[in-house]
Amino acid sequence: MMEHLLEVNNLEVKFKLRTGELTAIDNVGFTLDKGERLGIVGESGAGKSVTGFSIINLISKPGYISGGEIMFEGKDLTRVSEDVLRHIRGNRISMIFQDPMMTLNPVFTIGEQMAETILAHKNISRKDALEISVEKLRQVHIPSPETRLNQYPHEFSGGMRQRIVIAISLLLDPAIIIADEPTTALDVTIQAEIMELLLELCEKNDTGMILITHDLGVVSQVTEKIAVMYAGRIVEIGSTENIVANPLHPYTKGLIKALPGSRGTGEKLYQIPGSMPNLTEMPKGCAFHPRCELAEGECFSKVPELIQRGNFRRLAACHKF
Amino acid sequence: MFAFITRRIIQAVVVMLIISFIGFTIKHHVGDPVRELVGVSVKASEREALREKLGLNDPFFVQYKNFLKNAVRGDFGISYFFKKPAAQVILEKAPATLELVFASSILIIILSIPLGTYCAIKPKSILSRLIMGMSIVGVSIPVFLTAIMLIFLFSVNLHILPSYGRGETVAVFGGLWDTGFLTIDGLKHLILPVIALSSIMLPLFIRLIRAEMMEVMQTEYIKFAFAKGLSKKRIWFVHAFKNTLLPVITVGGVQLGIMIAYTILTETVFQWQGMGFMFLEAVERSDTSLLVAYLMFVGVLFVGVNTVVDIIYGLINPKVRISGTK
Ligand SMILES: Nc1ncnc2c1ncn2[C@@H]1O[C@H](COP(=O)(O)OP(=O)(O)O)[C@@H](O)[C@H]1O
Ligand SMILES: [Mg+2]
Repeated sequence: MMEHLLEVNNLEVKFKLRTGELTAIDNVGFTLDKGERLGIVGESGAGKSVTGFSIINLISKPGYISGGEIMFEGKDLTRVSEDVLRHIRGNRISMIFQDPMMTLNPVFTIGEQMAETILAHKNISRKDALEISVEKLRQVHIPSPETRLNQYPHEFSGGMRQRIVIAISLLLDPAIIIADEPTTALDVTIQAEIMELLLELCEKNDTGMILITHDLGVVSQVTEKIAVMYAGRIVEIGSTENIVANPLHPYTKGLIKALPGSRGTGEKLYQIPGSMPNLTEMPKGCAFHPRCELAEGECFSKVPELIQRGNFRRLAACHKF
Repeated sequence: MFAFITRRIIQAVVVMLIISFIGFTIKHHVGDPVRELVGVSVKASEREALREKLGLNDPFFVQYKNFLKNAVRGDFGISYFFKKPAAQVILEKAPATLELVFASSILIIILSIPLGTYCAIKPKSILSRLIMGMSIVGVSIPVFLTAIMLIFLFSVNLHILPSYGRGETVAVFGGLWDTGFLTIDGLKHLILPVIALSSIMLPLFIRLIRAEMMEVMQTEYIKFAFAKGLSKKRIWFVHAFKNTLLPVITVGGVQLGIMIAYTILTETVFQWQGMGFMFLEAVERSDTSLLVAYLMFVGVLFVGVNTVVDIIYGLINPKVRISGTK
């Protein structure tokens, strides 16, 4: 079997709280090949961001990886030293954050924040680093990048800032970009534009991408694979095509039904009834059962395994197949 | 930036006008310039003639205008006790106080930055807990008590440091300034008063820097800096530090001014012949001209320091520097 670029197995993340330990991510696994794009979808609080950040071992305290492995370029990132990790962050695996208004440091110029990233990983001159920065700014369509380099974040609009963040994520030609809700904080009118830019650049450079979003509509247009997360677990994973056309898990079905345009115009948007359980009060059995129409028997007592169901070429965690 | 500086200076002038008005009101109601000039043994009719001649029977605002005019020229009247222009007395006493404040500020800056930063970066370490614990003790002991304990320990018991006065001073700047910085004896005399004066502000600054830095460390841009693969050193000492500095500078300017108030206590305990010591004496003697001159001088100092600090803030913060807004 060919080795994957990234392989996450049985990932478990816990938060150490005063009241005890909370398991935020439980038994999460997926793979990513070179140039492949994976979407992680689910409602807010499902554990998407925590999963994304755990790949480069950057979970906010008091969270920590308590189990599993993250294989990348022959190394298990849960076990390597801080120094090895530092050289992977921003270099081999880079990230794009949700809110571009908060991502850039307000007191340094764009040029400074770009050049320092290159200099943290490459032994080249400052001048060369700035030249690369200009080139990347050009790629994300920032006009007159040479002068823009000397400006501060507050002199740019939200959309422009996210372009800059994308440029920073591309500076060292990474193997993977993890984009955590890269367009959610932006004005609706430019969301598609930014998403397109990101897709175009990843395709051009054959960069792998993990796109984290609550919007199934967006991932279905951008990624080749989808992992649906619910309450810290993957409940369904497979090719985008298969999942969108023929969802297996009732939660995935609900997400698709909730997409605008899936019903006739004028009709009220569908919403999955209820809300996702808090980590502190996880229901017994399948975490989705309180919101599920099909729930019965085992659903109330046993956590369903994520396995292949029937003849479908994908995995789902549901007893009802 | 130019607009920003201009605005700050106009604000400073307005504040000074308010202070001068308070100063004048005190002088107008409490002071008796006739007594300052001729003493108490002069006949009532002669006093009245003198009052008329001095313009003391003029309307309030005419007198205030004259007061302002004189104040701008540095004329605050004659000190009743020293029999010299009040401004001159202040200028003679100022170096002692300013050196005390300056030395304390330096001590506070060079200690609070590394200690506060360390406590923010390693909040759980034993050393951090120790520093934070001691800072609480430091803040809660009054300055005069700290001063007395220092004297008791280092002067009375151990006999290693002097307990009062400025020691040997040297006249510099053509005799305008007496400094204690240039002699060993002068420096030795500085040690205890400086520690006493810093004893409140240093812990406050350590706690302030720690709190600000910990808040900055929680921000998205610091997380992004980690995601870019920057070294911890760069993130702590470049990214987080510069953002920590902004709020610390603002608060710091105010605190530095407040330290002038603490000099009154410190100078009194250590018999330090500065403005603070002089101030208490002037209060006892109802030396109004001197009190008003002191008020005005400290006011200028306070407003001046804050204006300079704000301008430095503007220079560091690109938002102010470029758009002139805050
Ligand atoms: N700093 C934290 N402390 C405690 N719990 C956290 C923290 N960050 C995240 N969590 C927990 O992890 C869960 C998943 O969070 P997250 O991955 O941010 O969700 P999302 O899918 O919206 O990105 C949250 O519901 C929360 O309970
Ligand atoms: Mg999230």
